[in-house]
Amino acid sequence: MLTLKFSHAAKRRLAGKQATAIIGVVASGNLEVLLERVLPGADCEIEIATPVTGYDETWKAVIDEFVERFSPGGLRISINDGGARPDTVFLRLMQGCALMEKV
Amino acid sequence: MEDAAIYAQASWFQATARQRIEGLLDLNSFTEFLGPSERVQSPHLHLFDLPSAFDDGVVIGRGKLDGKDVLVAAQEGQFMGGTFAEVSGAKIVGLVRAARDHRELPQTVLLLLDSGGVRLQEANAGELVVAELMRAIVQARSAGVAVIALVGGKAGAFGGAGLTAATCSRIAVSGQGRIAVSGPEVIETNKGVEEFDSKNKALVWSTDGGKNRRLIGGADAFAEDSMEGFRAAAKTLLAKVPAFDLKTMQAEQKRLAERQEKFGACDDAVSMWRTLGIKDPEAIRDMDSKDFAALATSIKEANHDAR
Repeated sequence: MLTLKFSHAAKRRLAGKQATAIIGVVASGNLEVLLERVLPGADCEIEIATPVTGYDETWKAVIDEFVERFSPGGLRISINDGGARPDTVFLRLMQGCALMEKV
Repeated sequence: MEDAAIYAQASWFQATARQRIEGLLDLNSFTEFLGPSERVQSPHLHLFDLPSAFDDGVVIGRGKLDGKDVLVAAQEGQFMGGTFAEVSGAKIVGLVRAARDHRELPQTVLLLLDSGGVRLQEANAGELVVAELMRAIVQARSAGVAVIALVGGKAGAFGGAGLTAATCSRIAVSGQGRIAVSGPEVIETNKGVEEFDSKNKALVWSTDGGKNRRLIGGADAFAEDSMEGFRAAAKTLLAKVPAFDLKTMQAEQKRLAERQEKFGACDDAVSMWRTLGIKDPEAIRDMDSKDFAALATSIKEANHDAR
């Protein structure tokens, strides 16, 4: 099992009132994303547990793009991966943010 | 409002455990126990280099169904086949025991089963937890708790989930729901293809599938494959839950003995349906939910006071 950790300073805190949200399921080609509003300021930490090795650069590219576009400041995001493709990962991250942004 | 109406028609079969709870219970009434943030997850899966889930594939909590307080547990069939393991099983056992021991808690437990049985990577813990769950359900029913099984997920209710369903007060199933102990492949492997051809999907679905279970009394309500379908089925079943006493047990024993006698010589589901007096048994497979549910309520074997 491979663990990847990324720390970012986002541009701003993510809007909304939700303290936590979970989206997706750990299944083949899918993943679950747990979002928790626990960090100060615009900090964002993302931790990924995946059984698939060799895709560190792909994960980094997806996470960089996600943080740039959605600015998930204040969130700790934890991912259990079931071998999801990058587009599925991005979709789940977007869905997770949409849940957190609810008032 | 439009969204809610569309969501009520969403497929139960395709939904996740969390979506099913949301669709089944009254709007925003659900409170989760041991939610994903608490990370109560399997201590074993990482040893096999397998990913864990934050909730170990089981969601438990309380909410309201049509204004009535209920406890609910839902298995996530897409994660490790919805399997019973040390943590996933303990969450369900704990919920049922809580209902058994605390009268101030809701005295109704809804079990949204979606499971292939015991998780092989945690087999000993899984087998134990199934035994504990069956015992807990029987004790809870003795204490007056209604335990209702809802079966309509992708993994069906096999192995320990099939056993668990059989201990419940009442069972609702959809056409896509399957209930059995040994799965088709297991039967074929052990008894040969002549006994049960697991590749013959029509045979498998007609035997293990919801329609057959409903017709021969293995399920007490037939649900349309939707959130509203299971909501309606659960409400119907809760309106009349059998007492868990000697009389019910004797009635159940009698029902099963008569069923064995009646269907013992049948070699497939269609011949059982013919024995039940259904005029065109071949038409059952393609019958829509509404017509089928109406037919099932007219069959004597499907409607009993036992269980």
